[in-house]
Amino acid sequence: MENRTDKNSYTIIFAIVMVLVVGSLLAFTASSLKPNITENKRMEKQQNILYAMGVNENGDSDIVFVGTDNVQDEFSSKVTEQLVLEVKDGKILKEMTRKQFMDANNGKEPYLIDIKKEQTKAKNGESRFLPLFVGTSKEGKKVYVAPIRGKGLWDAIWGYVAVDADMVVQGTFFDHAGETPGLGANIKQRYFMDDFYGERLLTEAGVFKGITVAKGNNDPKNDIKDDYEVDALAGATITGDGVSAMIKKDLKLYLPFFQNLKTQMN
Amino acid sequence: MGLLSKKDTKLITDPLADNNPITIQVLGICSALAITAELKASLVMGIAVLFVLGVGNVVISLMRNIIPSKIRIIVQLIVVAALVIIVDQVLKAFAYELSKTLSVFVGLIITNCIIMGRFEAFALGNGPWKSFLDGIGNALGYAVILLIVGFFRELLGSGTLFGIPVLGDPIEKSGVYSIGYENNGFMLMPPMALIIVGLIIRVQRSRNKALIED
Repeated sequence: MENRTDKNSYTIIFAIVMVLVVGSLLAFTASSLKPNITENKRMEKQQNILYAMGVNENGDSDIVFVGTDNVQDEFSSKVTEQLVLEVKDGKILKEMTRKQFMDANNGKEPYLIDIKKEQTKAKNGESRFLPLFVGTSKEGKKVYVAPIRGKGLWDAIWGYVAVDADMVVQGTFFDHAGETPGLGANIKQRYFMDDFYGERLLTEAGVFKGITVAKGNNDPKNDIKDDYEVDALAGATITGDGVSAMIKKDLKLYLPFFQNLKTQMN
Repeated sequence: MGLLSKKDTKLITDPLADNNPITIQVLGICSALAITAELKASLVMGIAVLFVLGVGNVVISLMRNIIPSKIRIIVQLIVVAALVIIVDQVLKAFAYELSKTLSVFVGLIITNCIIMGRFEAFALGNGPWKSFLDGIGNALGYAVILLIVGFFRELLGSGTLFGIPVLGDPIEKSGVYSIGYENNGFMLMPPMALIIVGLIIRVQRSRNKALIED
């Protein structure tokens, strides 16, 4: 018995069989569960966008999403339009409605646009799509929700930011792939997201300034809304910097849209 | 006697104290530092390791006579990695919210030295039932330390337990904060977990002289 398992030939055959068995087992699990996983991710996106838009009935501190059984209906009724901007080098090449975009892209819904892929396209000097979801917040204000994506300490972080026509934040949602629990992972806590409410992205003159997640803030309750700062999380400097960076970088891309909006309104 | 003989019971109770994987065997320190800033994460990690170590030990034990000794470490690694990935996929498909909470732990479970340590030291030489008990025992021993460390770090660092404020509001200056108490942000840093583990080891050894090495 001992001799049999010590032989090189046995070892090699064992390794091959093991790899084949485990490999096919994993492949089988992954492919058979894929439809469920894709569906879960799709509903999560809708929940996140609705949350940022501020249409949820929330409790005191916990985040309450729209339930998975009616998220599709809520999404179709609360999100009145999904715009897609095609931009290159800070200029809008084309502005598409949901219908125009879906006709041009085999019926793909704009909210399913992969932001990571679009960022790579921009990095390679190609034009990219910027989705923008239009709806009405609980206070009855017209809000525009933009997806953003960046890097935290360990892995990707992303989120949705709802702004009004003046680019004043009306709601946010942040999430992460693998930030440290209790530290960076707290960007998806309600108390952090709520701090952004009412913060401005533009200066009085209309220049894009963004919002910084600032350490040593003199305003921990975040009462001052025109300082372009929110209070940082203790022990999560790099994740916080990542949040500031993605807000500055990704939301700035939408500036031409809001400038146009302003001109049209005047 | 029932289901568990005296020896079997010892397999579970030993790792809780006298042969604790963290304080005595000094395994699994890395995850004990990384995720104990809050109690909830400690609990979730404890349960995740409990599952993987219990099942993994049984799988390795069943395969113990056919695993070639030259590549046994790789085989163990594949077993734990496959197990963790399958669990992660199933959770993603059927319990999406839970899988989001766990996502960060998946990688940490695979690299947790307790798991490889128990496969190598116990499951390779013992039957499935004994290995299962050993896995459960060690995972519980690990979870206990995680919870103790998490309790102190969350309480002293954030003033909360399981996310619920227990010491008052630090910004409104209510509760103990009204008499000048401040949260110690340093407790949230990983080095403090090491210091707390060190203190636990000190207390444990002062109570049980048999553990002191010459």
